[in-house]
Amino acid sequence: MELVCPAGTPAALRAAVEAGAHTIYCGFADETNARNFPGLNFDRAEMAEGIAFAHARRAKVLIAINTFPHAGAEPLWHRAIDDAAKVGADAVILADIGLLAYAADRHPDLRRHLSVQAAAANADVINFYAETFGVRRVVLPRVLTVDEIAAINREIDVETEVFVFGGLCVMAEGRCSLSSYATGKSPNMNGVCSPASHVDYAEEPGGLTARLGGYTIHRTAKGEPAPYPTLCKGCFVSGDQTGHVFEDPASLNATQLIPALARAGVTALKIEGRQRSRAYVAEVVRSFRAAVEAFDAGRAMPEGALAKLSEGQAATTGAYAKTWR
Amino acid sequence: MTDLDLPDLDLTVGPNPFFWDAATVRGFYQSLASAPVARVVIGELVCSKRLPFWQDEIAGAVETLLAAGKSVAVTSLALVTLKRERKATAALSDISLPVEVNDLTALQSLPAGQPFWVGPLINVYNEGTLRWLAKRGATRICLPPELPLDSITVLARLGRDLGVAVEVWGHGRLPLAISGRCYHARLHDHAKDSCQFVCGLDPDGRDVETLDGQKFLAVNGVQTLSQSTASMAYQIEALRDAGVASLRLSPQSGDFAAICKGYADRIAGRITAMELVSYLVGQVPGGQLSDGFVKGPFGAHWSAAPPAKALRPGL
Amino acid sequence: MTEKPLPQLPRILALAAKPLPLTPLTVMLTLLTRQLMQRHPGLQRRLGDHAQRRFLLDLTDMPFLLVLEPGGARPRVTAHTRRRLPRHDVRITGLTAAFLGMVHGSLDGDALFFSRDLVVEGDTGAAVALRNAIDDAELDLSAELAIIAKPLAPLLAHLLPATERITGLALHRMDRPEGAAL
Repeated sequence: MELVCPAGTPAALRAAVEAGAHTIYCGFADETNARNFPGLNFDRAEMAEGIAFAHARRAKVLIAINTFPHAGAEPLWHRAIDDAAKVGADAVILADIGLLAYAADRHPDLRRHLSVQAAAANADVINFYAETFGVRRVVLPRVLTVDEIAAINREIDVETEVFVFGGLCVMAEGRCSLSSYATGKSPNMNGVCSPASHVDYAEEPGGLTARLGGYTIHRTAKGEPAPYPTLCKGCFVSGDQTGHVFEDPASLNATQLIPALARAGVTALKIEGRQRSRAYVAEVVRSFRAAVEAFDAGRAMPEGALAKLSEGQAATTGAYAKTWR
Repeated sequence: MTDLDLPDLDLTVGPNPFFWDAATVRGFYQSLASAPVARVVIGELVCSKRLPFWQDEIAGAVETLLAAGKSVAVTSLALVTLKRERKATAALSDISLPVEVNDLTALQSLPAGQPFWVGPLINVYNEGTLRWLAKRGATRICLPPELPLDSITVLARLGRDLGVAVEVWGHGRLPLAISGRCYHARLHDHAKDSCQFVCGLDPDGRDVETLDGQKFLAVNGVQTLSQSTASMAYQIEALRDAGVASLRLSPQSGDFAAICKGYADRIAGRITAMELVSYLVGQVPGGQLSDGFVKGPFGAHWSAAPPAKALRPGL
Repeated sequence: MTEKPLPQLPRILALAAKPLPLTPLTVMLTLLTRQLMQRHPGLQRRLGDHAQRRFLLDLTDMPFLLVLEPGGARPRVTAHTRRRLPRHDVRITGLTAAFLGMVHGSLDGDALFFSRDLVVEGDTGAAVALRNAIDDAELDLSAELAIIAKPLAPLLAHLLPATERITGLALHRMDRPEGAAL
């Protein structure tokens, strides 16, 4: 199976390739991609060099242009697609209908993948994207069970890519405005969720308190693992209940499900984390490359040793198991 | 700025996002028959499991509303995953009413040339997307509530050029997210498949506060809403100038027809923004209003509120 | 990445550092910082406007505090006593080993944050930018020091590995993919 790995910087791209990534995904340093974090991503020259580095080692590079262009500012997104074609990207990862139409029209030979931000969650809508915009691969939203993925693959002709490790969206991706409700900045419009610029930490009597846009997201006692101050993983109160109303601060690890995902017809396994360091990238990619090779050789999946890298230092198989719902 | 020959803002009632019993649904649509709204979107938006409990009301409600001169459309589900949901979505195009697409799945079965409406849960952020949808047959588009006034202005103008009526979220708890997981069931410690329909206990969703007691969100089954009720009470002139065709009012409990009348009076200039607001504060669940997505630093912001910092405990 | 707890600077070394006059330390670290910023232009570019921030680096096993000001024509690092908190926009707190591990690509900043080995207060965005800029620069402090102290290079080559063994700190880059810049 193809291993699709994140790179937030050229250094991380090289680390991922060295660690055994078949494919790298990355983005330009602006609002055109959904990991528009301070100090992250690639300028045009870095992208060209990164692609040359990867291609020389027979790895592919996909460019994520997976936010939704602002009305009145589409040229920034259109240029990103034009430049992705120019620097020789192996595919672009898109979510917006207008951009899909633009790419299909202007760059018909540039391979188009449907971003998870489009949240295409059933065979009908996947066939819609495939037939209308010539999409060749769909990154499936993290709301589906393995059985549902298998059923989808029986009804479509395009490839599917699924997340196997990293941060977990509990909402249908690309259809969530929680972040902008609290901060004014959203994944869809600005490529950020719960942005660092709006995060405040304060040591308070109850523990380290994280606030996002002034809203208290969680309070962790000394010694407890600290989660990201992401809204959907916050600790809230509803009626007489206090807790993680939406999702526990755990991150996805589907290593053990790789054989089942392969049987379900999945083409590519995706690792989340373009915002993470090259140390994370190298270690996670090495671990998953070993797992994929073990699977190809018919061996058992290796036991994961990635807990430390996981948010909340805890792992979940997320929506892949039906009990999650 | 407004051309005199263009119709002024009118009102559209969105689909009811909540799980109400059949009798409540019946009363709700009967009361809308005499409300000053131009059109109504009906159908189950949030959870397909709820539909059997009230679907028998739909035909009667549609008949009543059509007889009262309203346009009526039927919504698709917001998130289609299961086989029966796909079947139900495909069947929408056989009904002799326009479909309001709230998941693009609905487009796959909609014959080319059949006009349709686009709901606020479809990501229409820019001209390219609006143009593509117009070409595919969209005649009305309710923009995502997240859009700021600048975007609304660009898209409303383009909509007028293309003959697409552009609508904006006018009133109601904001639909912030949709998920595969049911939060109502989770709060009650039930699995989604044996949820016991606990979302029916909360006619306006179940409130979620922060650890410091800040009013924040509301859960509605698989949907997450804002706890504040968005209101365009102060933004009527700005939206009219932007070329917006209609305001979408999202159902809530209480005297919703009277709320519709409040907005109609505000648009017609019979009452002021302040008068409408002071009425709404007593009507909306929790009494909290917002309009920050359209004009403000963040979605929860309210035009009439003092500067943000003063509102925020702990900062 | 190590599953072992982060090494704390041996007390004897921390004590040895204590009487270290802060001015020479300031001079040496400023020299090092300017060389870094000059040799790795990507640092400035990735920091962007965040380069104008004052970063308080609180290495909890050191007897002093450091303030990093990477912006402008004359970047600098100043050492301060712990008696009074120097002015800053963001404070990053952790063991020396955590900082060096991040600089040298052996530790992940987010993982250190999850385990509370790294605490950020204040302008979180600036801290994220700094972390990303440093991670991409693929720094090797041993190599940088060797450039500053060229005549002493053979001695450093001998001394640094010994220091690493004694302290458990990563004083040089742990990963070096083929094709990576020095």
